[in-house]
Amino acid sequence: MKSFLQKIGIVLLVLTLSTACEKEFIDRAPVYSIDSENYFNSEDDYNNALIAAYDILQSTYVNVLLGEIASDNTLCGGESATDVVGFQQIDDMIHTPVNSNLRDVWNWMFAGVSRASYILEFQDKTDFPGKAQILAEAHFLRAYYHFELVKWFGPIPLKGDERFAIGDETRIPRSPVSDVYAAIEEDLQFAVENLADVAPQTGRATKGAAQALLGKAYLYQDKFAEAATVLQEVINSGLYELEPDYSVIFEPQGQNGVGSVFEVQYSDAEGAGFGCLQCSEGNVAVGFNGIRNYVGPEFDSGFSFNVPVQEAYDAYEPGDSRRDNAILNINAWAEETGATFGTGYEHTGFFNRKYLPRKGDSNIGDQNLTNPNNYRAIRYADVLLMAAEALNRGNIDDELAREYLNRVRRRAFGDMDHEISASGGALTDFILAERRLELVGEGHRFFDLVRTGRAAEAIEGFQEGKHELFPVPFEEIQFSNGNWEQNPGY
Amino acid sequence: MKRNCLTIFLLLLGGFLYAQEVTVKGTVQDAESGEPLIGVNVLMLGGDGAGGAKGTITDFNGEFELQNVPVGTVLQFSYTGFESLTRTVESDAPMIIEMGTNAEVLEEVVVIGYGTQKKRDVTGAVAIVDSKTIDELKPIKIEQALQGTTPGVNVTQQSGSPGAGLDIRIRGVSTNGQNAPLVIIDGYQGDLNTLNPNDIESITVLKDAQAAVYGTIGANGVILVTTKTGRKNKPPQLSYNTYFGLQETSRTLPLLNATEYALLLNEAYAAGGQPLPYPNASGLGAGTNWQDEVFDQAPMMSHDITVSGGSDRVTYSLSGSHLEQEGIVGGNKSSFRRSTARLSLGIDLTDNLKLTTNAIYSYVDRDALNENGLGAVLFNALNTPPTQAVFDDAGDFTLVPNTPGLGIEVINPLAQIANTFNDYDLNKLNGQTTLDWTVLEGLKLTGRLGFNTSNSEGRTFNKLISYGGKVFDITRSSVNQNAINDNNYSIDLFATYERSFGSAHNLTLTGGSTIFREIGNGLFATGFDVPNNSWNFADIALALGTSPDGGRDVGSYAYDERRLSYFGRAQYDFDGKYLLSAMLRRDASTKFGPENRVGIFPSFTAGWVLSDEDFFNPVGKVDLAKLRVSYGILGNDQIVNNGYIGTLSGEATYVFDGALVNGTAIGALPNPELQWEEAEKFNAGIDLALFDYKINITADYFINTRDNLLISNIPVSGITGTSAPGAASPTVNAGSVRNQGLEFSIGYQQRYDNELKVNINYNFTTLSNEVLEVNNGTGFIEGGAFGVGQLAPSRMEVGQPIGYFFGYQTDGIFQNAAEVEAHPSQIALGAEAQPGDLRFVDINGDGVIDADDRTNLGDPIPDFTMGLNLGFEYKRLDFRAYIFSSIGNDMVRNYERALSDVNRLDYYLDRWTGEGTSTEVPRVTTAATSNLVFSDFYVEDASFVRLQNVQLGYTLPLSFLRNDLSTLRLYVSANNLLTLTQYRGFDPAASSGAPIGGGIDYGFYPIPRIFMFGANLNL
Repeated sequence: MKSFLQKIGIVLLVLTLSTACEKEFIDRAPVYSIDSENYFNSEDDYNNALIAAYDILQSTYVNVLLGEIASDNTLCGGESATDVVGFQQIDDMIHTPVNSNLRDVWNWMFAGVSRASYILEFQDKTDFPGKAQILAEAHFLRAYYHFELVKWFGPIPLKGDERFAIGDETRIPRSPVSDVYAAIEEDLQFAVENLADVAPQTGRATKGAAQALLGKAYLYQDKFAEAATVLQEVINSGLYELEPDYSVIFEPQGQNGVGSVFEVQYSDAEGAGFGCLQCSEGNVAVGFNGIRNYVGPEFDSGFSFNVPVQEAYDAYEPGDSRRDNAILNINAWAEETGATFGTGYEHTGFFNRKYLPRKGDSNIGDQNLTNPNNYRAIRYADVLLMAAEALNRGNIDDELAREYLNRVRRRAFGDMDHEISASGGALTDFILAERRLELVGEGHRFFDLVRTGRAAEAIEGFQEGKHELFPVPFEEIQFSNGNWEQNPGY
Repeated sequence: MKRNCLTIFLLLLGGFLYAQEVTVKGTVQDAESGEPLIGVNVLMLGGDGAGGAKGTITDFNGEFELQNVPVGTVLQFSYTGFESLTRTVESDAPMIIEMGTNAEVLEEVVVIGYGTQKKRDVTGAVAIVDSKTIDELKPIKIEQALQGTTPGVNVTQQSGSPGAGLDIRIRGVSTNGQNAPLVIIDGYQGDLNTLNPNDIESITVLKDAQAAVYGTIGANGVILVTTKTGRKNKPPQLSYNTYFGLQETSRTLPLLNATEYALLLNEAYAAGGQPLPYPNASGLGAGTNWQDEVFDQAPMMSHDITVSGGSDRVTYSLSGSHLEQEGIVGGNKSSFRRSTARLSLGIDLTDNLKLTTNAIYSYVDRDALNENGLGAVLFNALNTPPTQAVFDDAGDFTLVPNTPGLGIEVINPLAQIANTFNDYDLNKLNGQTTLDWTVLEGLKLTGRLGFNTSNSEGRTFNKLISYGGKVFDITRSSVNQNAINDNNYSIDLFATYERSFGSAHNLTLTGGSTIFREIGNGLFATGFDVPNNSWNFADIALALGTSPDGGRDVGSYAYDERRLSYFGRAQYDFDGKYLLSAMLRRDASTKFGPENRVGIFPSFTAGWVLSDEDFFNPVGKVDLAKLRVSYGILGNDQIVNNGYIGTLSGEATYVFDGALVNGTAIGALPNPELQWEEAEKFNAGIDLALFDYKINITADYFINTRDNLLISNIPVSGITGTSAPGAASPTVNAGSVRNQGLEFSIGYQQRYDNELKVNINYNFTTLSNEVLEVNNGTGFIEGGAFGVGQLAPSRMEVGQPIGYFFGYQTDGIFQNAAEVEAHPSQIALGAEAQPGDLRFVDINGDGVIDADDRTNLGDPIPDFTMGLNLGFEYKRLDFRAYIFSSIGNDMVRNYERALSDVNRLDYYLDRWTGEGTSTEVPRVTTAATSNLVFSDFYVEDASFVRLQNVQLGYTLPLSFLRNDLSTLRLYVSANNLLTLTQYRGFDPAASSGAPIGGGIDYGFYPIPRIFMFGANLNL
């Protein structure tokens, strides 16, 4: 009996031994990972999170590409009528809420908002010298993404210095456009006050960039006086000038040049795939713009999207040096250089030369997705034209408006023989026409037409009261569970 | 000798007590085969009552002799695997003992997890596959042996390429996450992937709540694998199995030849208002048959050798195997090699202390081609124009033209094969050591340590290559290498107490704990500029190039996951008639946050052996009738690690000062409330044995409801930032799915005149799947992909089967302009309809055809699966056939690139070309149409019947070599000889296995048809 009890005792002892160590065994820290809610403990942490917020700028390639396709500057093109259906439908103004490319714009721009807000959510956690600069950049970036969102979708939800959490889509309403702009203005005012004239590193936001974006935001609201003031501050800062030679601007040597107020930086240093286009460090739009099946000098081939129309090509006056630098006449070019090319869908004979793939990059990964062409997001010429428009449309100073406009024209023609002398409404027309000529291929045209009420007459299929805004993605309306209403007409 | 003396002495002693003694001689035979049984224990029972019986064992001829046996002595004959029996000695006449009636089935022991149980007493739903079935089916991978042999278990092959993975689904798809069952090998957690099928003694599948003893890991069902061991008191036995096989594709698709292709293209271009691409189509002939170019016959072979045996205290089994299989596409560019070595030992250290241990070493080498997607070799073979030659005049591979009509993805598939270089090698060691200590009679303590340790190396060489401006062009060569270590161990400690009370109360108690820990890491790196652009130099040591400044050419991950479990089980029966068991398991796991770390999983089972009741007196001969019922709660924790906390695992790369800079960003959104998936399982079943166990019937009805589904990367509103690079949506407990169905199996075995044996088994399973809840705000989850840039085709949605296809329903073809006019506009689908286009149904009746008109177009879940296994033996000849059928599973045809100039299947010959010409296949045109959107035009019924294996063997006796059990069997066999289906694609049985997005065919690598010639040698 004694041995029986002993043995039972041993059994029980062995069985219970393992019980004692549960907490120790199970409470393990995840190996080699950093908890996102216990971050921002050093200056490096803020800097690293800021890089993440900049990263999303690269995904704005689709905004530029689609903004151009939506306008009267280009046709969608591509391989066939069904190649990227989302693009094709927008080109034809038959797009619906089910559009994966519009959804990309929504998702990616909100990803940018989220990454910028992440920094601002923890802005008070750790102090160090120079933090204001970092926070100002975060404000600038959030404004940049918000501005894209309000341009495309109108009212959007806002949550201040906090990331959206799951469920907010069913609780937080879409703020009216005026509130969105108020948030943008507030962010940019903070940025203007705290950013340096010269960025600590090329590619980071400057005071001038914040001012120019703020001026643009005012202009989009027809706040001409405020726009004129802040844009003139950029002009009068003396930090920027027009690159004398228009043909240099979009070449590799023209990157981050004197006329560049803000550029989205791209690189060919890392490969990318179609599975995650927003992950590419290259400018995806460039490969999409590329000449189909091209073999020849200067350029690499691409997918033949976003092809300029004859009418855009013909809009240039004789002697305007911008035409052949903005739009490539492929037939003339082939004749001149012996290059060969294929014709894609909606072939017009023209390509968007500003953002064509150029030879000389490393072509790693999927070479069509990793072109290093920076997007010249805000050019000094754009600032001049916006200032001119604000001064003119705000009835503030037509003379100064003409001066700004003619500065742009002087560079284009290389002489003083093409000055505009009109005033009032006629001057407005000249300024808006100049915007198209100067900025063709850069994604501004559609929104310029919309904000000036000229879209319906310029764009075939454009319905007033509907197409000013793009539809909120079908999926988002479903997620909101009735909280958000679709934009009118969709 | 000493012992013999003692025996004789004792027998002599007995002789004094019982005067009449005789010498007993006899032969023990297998009642079924008539073959002599070697090593049968013959014991004299009773008589002197001095405890300790005396006896002998049978020799190689099955004969025994006992001298001086008192008349009236009872002899007991026992032999592992046979039912013991007793005979009384009456005279010295030679005895013929036949052992092992069919009733042995009832003595069969079934592994049930942390113990075994007599099959007769089992109250859960289990299915068993024994080594005989595995021998017969000759699976290359062991998973294949479960298909068609076990009701309720469905096995799908991800691809027919050598070494491709298989998915096992027990009683359907219950979650959109991990549906793979738990695999337990000899008591420890393992995986089936690398096992040599010939090392397996039996596979037991726990399908119902009985698996609850495995708690949070048992929800998908449990597969218990028992590997082979030696037997006690057996001389060394050697068996050698080998086969050589020739493989070929089980199907080629009917594509257009060059002339048909050119004419079709002309028609399409004309319809699109474009100039004809082939103004003169005469003289094109048949052109290149790309499938013939790509498919080839490929060899395979297998060797396997096992030696086993045992003394009265030690058993051993040693084996080694080698398998080589080349692919029917790409030959050695898609090949699989597996070598295994295995040692199993059982030692009785003392009378009450037993040690068993085994270890398996596996080496796997696999090379693979791009498959199952845009850019797969077969996708290219189907889409490359037949007008294109394989080689140009210079003998180089031709380039598929870079034209709009052919796109930038379709490349010469042979060039693709020639330029594909990769290698994967896996080394794995797994095994266990178990110590059983019988503390007291009826109380046993078991300690077990099980482990898996594996390391793999992968290498892919990206050759500098131009396909002529296609996306697969590589302008800088590179080599990707990775090294992955996966390790885990489990420690079990449990006690089993068995006791009978009174005359008929039997109780078994089991309780204990299991510790499980997985630790591993992976390291990835890339080197650029491979010397000589050659596979021979493709190593990072030689490829010295790096990415430009700031680029990261390296990556890594690590994990450490743990689980601690306690479990208890009580099994009680009254006289073997009323059977009850109850189980409870408590698990704590690091997969979940501190608040939700612990789960408790109860279950119970009950059985009633009706045939033991006195009142049971049915018409006909019923040997056994048993009713079973089980109910319980199980869990599933198979989700991403650390889903309950947010980590900075996102991608943050930008460009400052012209160079890449890397920062930190949020990865997947966390969900601190993460909990187990909870599976509620109900099962009711009946077992019947009739006519001397010649007919065995099992039927089960089950309802499995899975709650708190863990939905990984659950689609959420984009405002949360989940579309950022490297970010992802969180894992959320947000759904519920129910599977219910009926399983039925019937087996018939009969022997006639010792010469003819017949064995027929048939089983079927019905399955109905319904999603009960999806709590993500939208009520559905999307998945899968169709075409390029289209809406997701698969959904998990309330009221529908999981992963059903969601798209437009067609209603024939517009025959004329009037019909187009009369129908709602289809412009929202991409283009205004023309005569000859598909007419889509206005499901919601709102007068327009748009995304709101999509509906259920079918689902990839079979409604009904069945297996039929036939076996005949006549004298030395044997024949077997295994047939499997799946009914009601749909498949999406997605291997046609939606471009104007690609080749097509020949059903396009029956296209619409004018009013009244077709009501099914739309017109061809290069202009925009809405015919390419996902509709039921692309969904096909993939029901099929497949003759999985048929074989004919002949057994030669080799008695002159060693003994009567020495045999050589020669056989011919064919796998996948015949598949009957209406499905147009390569393989109706293939699936990616994805719960949402499965059953979408990108040109599945078809399963090969294999003709084998083989031999089994037993010595």
